[in-house]
Amino acid sequence: MSLARIKSVALFGIRGVIVDIEVDISDGLPGYSLLGLPDTALQESRERVRSALLNTGAPWPNKRTTVSLSPAWLHKSGSGFDLPIALGLLVAQGVIPQGRLDGQIVMGELALDGAIRSVRGVLPALLAAQEEGILSAVVPFANRLEALSVGRVNSIAFADLSQLLTYIHDGLLPDYGEAPQSQEGANLLDLSEVAGQRGARDALEVSAIGGHHLLLIGPPGTGKTMLAERIPTILPPLTQSAALEVAAVHSVADRGVERPLLSRLPPFVAPHHTTTATAMIGGGAHAIKPGACSLAHGGVLFIDEAPECSPGVLDALRQPLESAIVSISRVTGTVHFPANFLLVLAANPCPCGRFTGKGRGCTCSSVQIRRYLQRLSGPLLDRIDIRSFVEAPSRLDLASNEPGESSEVVRTRVISARRIAEERFKNEAWSLNSKIPASQLRERYRVRKDGSAFLHAELDHERLSARGYHKVLRLAWSIADRNGTTTPGLTEVEAAYQLRRGIDAA
Amino acid sequence: MGRKEQVLGATGEALVSSYLESIGAKVIERNWRIKRGEIDLIARHNGTLLFIEVKSRSSDKFGHPLEAIGKDKALRLQRLALAWIATHDHWGANYRIDCAAVDFSDRLNPVIDYRAGVL
Repeated sequence: MSLARIKSVALFGIRGVIVDIEVDISDGLPGYSLLGLPDTALQESRERVRSALLNTGAPWPNKRTTVSLSPAWLHKSGSGFDLPIALGLLVAQGVIPQGRLDGQIVMGELALDGAIRSVRGVLPALLAAQEEGILSAVVPFANRLEALSVGRVNSIAFADLSQLLTYIHDGLLPDYGEAPQSQEGANLLDLSEVAGQRGARDALEVSAIGGHHLLLIGPPGTGKTMLAERIPTILPPLTQSAALEVAAVHSVADRGVERPLLSRLPPFVAPHHTTTATAMIGGGAHAIKPGACSLAHGGVLFIDEAPECSPGVLDALRQPLESAIVSISRVTGTVHFPANFLLVLAANPCPCGRFTGKGRGCTCSSVQIRRYLQRLSGPLLDRIDIRSFVEAPSRLDLASNEPGESSEVVRTRVISARRIAEERFKNEAWSLNSKIPASQLRERYRVRKDGSAFLHAELDHERLSARGYHKVLRLAWSIADRNGTTTPGLTEVEAAYQLRRGIDAA
Repeated sequence: MGRKEQVLGATGEALVSSYLESIGAKVIERNWRIKRGEIDLIARHNGTLLFIEVKSRSSDKFGHPLEAIGKDKALRLQRLALAWIATHDHWGANYRIDCAAVDFSDRLNPVIDYRAGVL
């Protein structure tokens, strides 16, 4: 047989597209052409495949060889097609029978010595296969845990080409021992490690309940980062499907090591403040990769020293904040990544960072202080519901032997509060308090009279904008859910107003 | 080119031409040479002119002999073929560029790998 057909998967964002790899060997001068819009890495596959085949003792066709990847219009990239191309060449040369590979997905990069190297995006690729009803796959050994997590696809993993050929010829599977269970490593962070910080703890909890974006302001060393890092531990664990989606995004980004596979803990991503808009949002020419805000999907995106970010980087977050999705358009098409995250910004109160309390240690001029937080643009701040001051813990707090509330206790409260909100919004398009549309706040989801009277007075004194008014109302709902109040009243609204004011109090 | 290689090349060409005769082709010319290059064998088979490049190798250490014929070389063969057709007044004739590899790694049993219509 001089024609072979092998199936593999190309990635388009976090969507997998089944690719048919056809290999045709015909008489003529030795030559190799690769069709189907390959990028450079894929174009170079010829040399890898050739060396790998020859070094495993398999033949390389000295004939006219045509390899076609269809659908032909889709731009294909990366090295994951090495292995299917190699197998296609062997089938076309009659070394292995076509039948052994029918109805299977094959993925893997080849090393020159025939070792099969890991590729990115195995998880979304196999999910796509599963959707197409292809329930069998050959994957690199290094990706096998990822492959096993796609329940219905039966994956076999190989570490090198000769093992795979042995398997195809004799049905002998290499002995790798028991597959280690992907385990949830004990999360080492816990809220109980934070000394004091009543106000900030409160802000964190309300933020977690209603999905309210958060701005932490405080001098260096007071625990802003420490607090933010612990937010995932008080968020409800990811559902199975959410965990799968998060794992798929991380798989495409090829940062799998940093996070146990299929972890239920919401991710925590903290890009450095020098990061670029592309790194934040995602991008790339051929292989479009997700950015920090998609890696934070389902979890927390924490930006320390937010005012130090170059202008534009933070504002690039406005679209994902609005739509919970990142759309990246390239010549090759538009790719969508999920980006539903809780934004947590941290900032110093002024450039020197010591403008706190009476501000005695601060060396900044009043203009500098005023300008500093203004670097955060209005439209962005507009999307942030809570502004919390993180003060240095007092001597009393530090000396106290009594640990603060643990994450577990807080998380239990968050989960039950979220349940109340879900029940209330079960017929609505949203399920979090932070997502209540302004019009609905004035109609269906109104607070009690005493609460709104308080806010109206503040509005009259021009201490509150219309925008701020709605934010306070949303926060009031989250606080009510925590307190177990059916409808927010004066207490909740006042507490919400405090959480909202943060900045003005400075 | 050393003397050894010349002998090997000539033996290869002889082997290929007897192979051609065996399939019913008639060899018209051997080693037709002009300034631009050389055609090893020219034959006629069922009304088609065959222009054949013969590659002889004594071992496969350096890869398959036909791998030495790249796109450029194939196109040069094509131009040489047209030159022969023009100078011999065969305009409009059907023609084909073929390649043959003769593997001498087993000296007593040379193997011919014949590729028809390589362009």
